[in-house]
Amino acid sequence: MTPGNDDARSRQVRPGRSMPARVWSGVGRATKEPDRARTASIGAASRAHRGRPGEPRRVAYLYILPATAVFVLFVLFPLVRSGWFSLYDWDGLGTGVWAGLANYEAVFTEPGLRGAFLHALVLIVFYAVIPVALGLLLAATMTRARMSGLGFFRVVLFLPQVIPMVVVAVAWRQIYEPQGPLNDTLRAVGLDSLARPWLGDYTAALPSVGLVGTWIGTGLCLILFLAGMAKIPRELYEAARLDGAGRLREFFAITLPSVRGELSVALTLTVIAALKTFDLVYVMTSGGPGNQTTVPSYEVYNNAFLIGRVGTAAALALVLTAVVFLVTLVINRIGEKADE
Amino acid sequence: MITRSERTLNYAVLVLFSVIALFPVLLILSTALSPDEIGAGGSALSLEFGNFAEAWEQGNFGSYMRTSVIVAVSVVTLATLFSVMAGYAFGTMQFRGSEVIFYLILLGIMVPAEALVVALYFDLRSVGLTNTLVAIVMPQVAQSVAFGTFWMRAYFRSSSREVVEAARLDGAGHWRTLWRVLVPMGRPAITTMIVLMFMWTWNEFLIPLVMATDESLRTAPLGLAFFQGQYTAGTSLLAAGAVLVALPVVVVYLFLQRHFIRGMVEGVAK
Repeated sequence: MTPGNDDARSRQVRPGRSMPARVWSGVGRATKEPDRARTASIGAASRAHRGRPGEPRRVAYLYILPATAVFVLFVLFPLVRSGWFSLYDWDGLGTGVWAGLANYEAVFTEPGLRGAFLHALVLIVFYAVIPVALGLLLAATMTRARMSGLGFFRVVLFLPQVIPMVVVAVAWRQIYEPQGPLNDTLRAVGLDSLARPWLGDYTAALPSVGLVGTWIGTGLCLILFLAGMAKIPRELYEAARLDGAGRLREFFAITLPSVRGELSVALTLTVIAALKTFDLVYVMTSGGPGNQTTVPSYEVYNNAFLIGRVGTAAALALVLTAVVFLVTLVINRIGEKADE
Repeated sequence: MITRSERTLNYAVLVLFSVIALFPVLLILSTALSPDEIGAGGSALSLEFGNFAEAWEQGNFGSYMRTSVIVAVSVVTLATLFSVMAGYAFGTMQFRGSEVIFYLILLGIMVPAEALVVALYFDLRSVGLTNTLVAIVMPQVAQSVAFGTFWMRAYFRSSSREVVEAARLDGAGHWRTLWRVLVPMGRPAITTMIVLMFMWTWNEFLIPLVMATDESLRTAPLGLAFFQGQYTAGTSLLAAGAVLVALPVVVVYLFLQRHFIRGMVEGVAK
């Protein structure tokens, strides 16, 4: 991709560090500075001289008012309310009964809800692990040759990321139909015994949903890693070759560390997509057959709006949010190490 | 060092994966263009686009698409306006509490819609706002604003101080400087942001699913999901509907693909 990506990514991934050490006028930050007086005076001087746009401004509050108001009303407040709801036993209509942490207990002990998280783990393998591994492997074997015409392939390989998930689900449902293209192909090559109603099959349903995630993620990973590896200086490989390093050593010593940034981006996008899977399950299987393809998001919807367990749904949603936060932080660590 | 066969192999890999990426898309497209098994056959001319017309009229996709356009335009307009303003303040002005507020909003990028939608639904219901455009639009504005504020702040921080100074010397106030100088200069960054917001909004499923009960408020993906519940998979009408739903995003993608790829890679936390 464009060379500027890495800066922007690291800006995003580690916001704390990207704060430039500008002195500004010292207001608000001055309390943290050891010699406050000097900082403030420098700030005052530069303000007097140049009137920089970084000077303290009350008008800033007006600028951030709409964004902040909308954010507080529609993100922060609902989040807090979810926490409140999660402590009650409520069917969405009558009056709620205080439940303490029972809903959270249910999330971790109830087989149906725990199962949803286990399914999410399986989906992570299909959405993230396989595409990333495949993308790394393919990109590493391809990267020796400078290739032209990559632009076209990039457009095509990235396409699955853009198409509405509901449309993807409709397309793949057709592929998995009992008389659909997948079974037709299997029968045509004499593998009739493998043909089955994929989404209705107890063992095949979850991997079938997962495979759609693999389809969505692989192209993304491939183009990310191709772009990352193209930036590695060839001299590194030549030096390694002189040292007698084999292809495997080369990969782990040079290639993999060089694309850590891309790896962290790819993992974040794909793992979060796996954890937040909803549309696909809703349209393709509705969690079935049985409970074979339920996922956390689907259970949030199901508990809150279909079976009237609002408290449980809220607790589940908050646990899911915590998992998303945690996973994002852990994966960003991978990218962070790259710059050390 | 690089042999011709190696290069051929590379292209073979790319072609193979491109075919895999395109197969479901082409399958839906060809299904949409083929005559419906149940349908009355029709002449050779009518079979091609007849399905689209029928999906638009009988399938009610015209209404779904209209709702989606209204929702997308509202969300993108409001979120862009709010994000540019907030990003401007966070990026170029110094004020008490700016860091705390900014990082709070940044955290919002990671909050999945699942965590909001339960509480939002029941609270909006108690004030009679469910099943309205407001309930579909505003939560998405909030989520887009979280990303947009982060995105625009990064742009305004990197914007040239000299240009801003020059504008001020010319007597432009902060409002004028923003809209007359910085926004036109930041067109690439803003385009990327708009394109992403459009894609997220157009593709959003959970929020309209929960908030809209009236059929007239169904967005395109929602309409498609319900449509598919009524018909068996593989019918040309369903496929035509799917093509219609995907078309706007795909067309924008084909024209502005660099913005999509750049934005999604740089804005990973969403």
